[in-house]
Amino acid sequence: MKLLDSLKEQTSQAVSRLRGQIAGRYASPLDMTQYGIMGMNQRNVNYIGRYNRRDLFPLVDNKLLTKKIAAQHQVKSPTLIGSLQNQHEVAGISELIGAHTEFCVKPAHGSGGKGILVIKGRDIASGNFIKSSGATITLHDLERHVTNTLAGLFSLGGRPDFVLIEELIHFDNVFSGYSYDGVPDTRVIVFQGFPVMCMMRLSTAASDGKANLHQGAVGVGICLRTGRAVRAVQYNLPIHYHPDTDKDLLSLRVPHWQEVLELASSCYDMSGLGYIGTDIVLDRDKGPMLLELNARPGLAIQICNNAGLLPRLRLIEGLFKKHRLTVTQRVEFAKEHFGVYEA
Amino acid sequence: MVSRGVFYFVTAALFLVGLCLIAYQHINFEVPFIPGQERQLWTVEAKIEFDAQLNEPVTVAFALPAVQPGYSQVKQSTSSLGYGVNYVDRLGAKYVEWTRRSASGAQLLFYRSEFLADPEFNGSSMKVPPLRQSVEPEPYATAIREIAEDGYSHSADPFSLTVQVIRALTVENESNSLLKAQYRPTELVVKILESAGVQAREVGVLTLEDGRRNRSLTERVAVFSGSKYQIFDPLSGVSGMRSNELIWTDSGASVLDVAGGRNARVSFSMLKNGVPSTQAGNLRAEINRAAGAELLSFSINSLPIEEQSLFKNILLLPVGVLIVVFLRIIVGIKTSGTFMPVLIAMAFLQTSLTVGLIGFVAIVGAGLVVRSWLSHLNLLLVARISAVIIVVICIIGSVSLFTYKAGLTEGLKVTFFPMIILSWTIERMSILWEEEGYKEVFKQGGGSLFVALCAYLAMDSAFIQNLTFNFLGLQLVLLSLVLVMGNYTGFRLSELKRFKPLAAQIKSYRNGDEKESEHHRLKRELRELKADPHNTLHRWLHKAPYDGSARADTNTAQEPPADPAAPSPAADAEAKNSASKEH
Repeated sequence: MKLLDSLKEQTSQAVSRLRGQIAGRYASPLDMTQYGIMGMNQRNVNYIGRYNRRDLFPLVDNKLLTKKIAAQHQVKSPTLIGSLQNQHEVAGISELIGAHTEFCVKPAHGSGGKGILVIKGRDIASGNFIKSSGATITLHDLERHVTNTLAGLFSLGGRPDFVLIEELIHFDNVFSGYSYDGVPDTRVIVFQGFPVMCMMRLSTAASDGKANLHQGAVGVGICLRTGRAVRAVQYNLPIHYHPDTDKDLLSLRVPHWQEVLELASSCYDMSGLGYIGTDIVLDRDKGPMLLELNARPGLAIQICNNAGLLPRLRLIEGLFKKHRLTVTQRVEFAKEHFGVYEA
Repeated sequence: MVSRGVFYFVTAALFLVGLCLIAYQHINFEVPFIPGQERQLWTVEAKIEFDAQLNEPVTVAFALPAVQPGYSQVKQSTSSLGYGVNYVDRLGAKYVEWTRRSASGAQLLFYRSEFLADPEFNGSSMKVPPLRQSVEPEPYATAIREIAEDGYSHSADPFSLTVQVIRALTVENESNSLLKAQYRPTELVVKILESAGVQAREVGVLTLEDGRRNRSLTERVAVFSGSKYQIFDPLSGVSGMRSNELIWTDSGASVLDVAGGRNARVSFSMLKNGVPSTQAGNLRAEINRAAGAELLSFSINSLPIEEQSLFKNILLLPVGVLIVVFLRIIVGIKTSGTFMPVLIAMAFLQTSLTVGLIGFVAIVGAGLVVRSWLSHLNLLLVARISAVIIVVICIIGSVSLFTYKAGLTEGLKVTFFPMIILSWTIERMSILWEEEGYKEVFKQGGGSLFVALCAYLAMDSAFIQNLTFNFLGLQLVLLSLVLVMGNYTGFRLSELKRFKPLAAQIKSYRNGDEKESEHHRLKRELRELKADPHNTLHRWLHKAPYDGSARADTNTAQEPPADPAAPSPAADAEAKNSASKEH
């Protein structure tokens, strides 16, 4: 009898230990549902699948097309110096660049920052180009880069690609110290024209200058009402200071906030896609500009904002006559309902 | 978008129809669910090809399988358009004879027979052959006589004599190489034995392996001692028959004789099926009855054997696919390439698991090393992939060669790997390595292998093989399951881990100046909105409750009044105008 009791006790202990281990490692799906955290399947089936029309994807995947429709809808984006679509145009690249000394060469179908060449200046004597790293390249090197891009070296699946040459963006000084050797960009998720959630991605030494969160970049959730930092996260865990520059991340405040939100919101009318991520950069002189759109925005933004996406999305789904609202009204609605700080 | 109702209806219908089909087959034809309750039924198909000579009568004689212990022939049939068919018995040897007055061009004849593996069956058509007088020319006669005499003095009975003779023939010397140049191995052994006064004859043996095609007979020697006989392999000297070996010709005559044709060849394909024990009994009872009626009513079984063995693998694929869908959607394992793991698992079925795993890791590893060098060359994609394909083929070739030389025939099986798929895997993993680092490569590579392993374990099980091959209805059930999973919007298991810190944070902290958790507040607001859509929206937009008195205010606002009843077309147009102006 004693043996049986001790056996019972042992098994119950083992079960509770196991339960503790599982609870320590895995979140309860019920909790996650209650908090409205959105999972990959939910996003794919109910948001991307339902609100993003397949035939509109090229508008987003091809940066040249994105730029064209942005120009049509008076959405600000970095000025296009020129584009190349065929190999025979490569010879005329120096005419295309003309007197520009600062520009950026990009593949139209690139992803993850691949194949982007940033030219900061020109050597007056030799006419060589100076890269952002300080290294110089000749015109021939530049042509080779463009040829490789056209042949699909940087595009997904190696499809033939186009090349965009854009004016260089001068980052707003407010961000100095927040990002380590990289491009701080603002990602706003826009659902049916309403800005829903926002974050900034700051590159770190660990992420090698890239803004990829799973490679160690810092994500900073941004309050929709004020543009102030809500929470900063690296490797899924909250942090307070930038790991490389030691800057207080929670003191971050995005300038031109109203403009940023209105720009993001207007991307819906421009692209027709219901659920998009808009990547916005802030230029020192020209203010917020649309860098690119993403029809399959990631879910890590929830971690940066310490909030689930679903309650926000469902509130918007519950609205009626959404199409009647203007950009300003949609932004006002988002600020009113999705803000974290009092004004 | 198809409405949910239709979707669920279609899915349920597929599921039910599938189940009904399975139940129908199970009840009506006693097709078993568990493969253990069955007997093996081998279907062997011989394909005879030859080129007919113009304007000449054609006679094709094809030896019928021998009667032997262990296998009972259940039924036989031929397929031959335009030929007369006759089963003949010529000097104790049974033939099927096809005849035609004239034919031209390539000819194709089929003979098909079913054998029930039956340990109780004891009949045999093997007859002791008469002892022939040797009439070999010199110098072969002397060489044969020498080996025979030497073997005779070192042996006790015909069987040990055979072993001695075969061993003597393995020695490399002048007279042996002379003999081997003149005679086939079996022919030589028979001649030596006959010169020693032992009855022996050549037999053709077919090795039965499930789903194999383009097989030919292997030659063996039957050695007689009185009325008993044993089968010997003329090269290794191994005696006896394995359980999966079937004697086809036991009369010493050739398996195929074609008059009026050239380039004749015969190839065999075979397939294993399970039949329930009860049906096996019926089959045995019907052996002597005229064949013709289809005994087993599986639809797949009416196809030619070659296609059947193809189908056997194809019908397994959905099981693997289902597992991939499950592991990706519900569990959230990352794999490199969506269905690459299933194809790898199919390759594992052909090789064996250990050989497959070692082969896969070796090939991909070596491929990655070569590919990292290729990436320095800055090649274009198509050329790069092509280079990787050639490298993969070289790796597979050298692996087979080295392992074979080292005496491991298992290594030859790496050729079953799908090379193009492997090349793409290498390419993808190499890009992943450059972009995301080696960790991600191991994660995805390990994930792919894990999924492949799960798919392999499922597809390798005799139970599932039996189900997929015998029950076509199962495919519909699988399809409905895939459809249901495609509609799953819940969390993946991996996300429970990924969002664990987030869930803990939301639970314990409140953001910024929030007085109430956001998810509570937004849910309450959604309830308010649902309860009274018009007023709530109006209040939210204009920060004042909607009623008649607020009308004056709303007119001055930029938004036209939200009319709770039916908005007039004019109001609609106005709204659109104001919206477009705003953009």
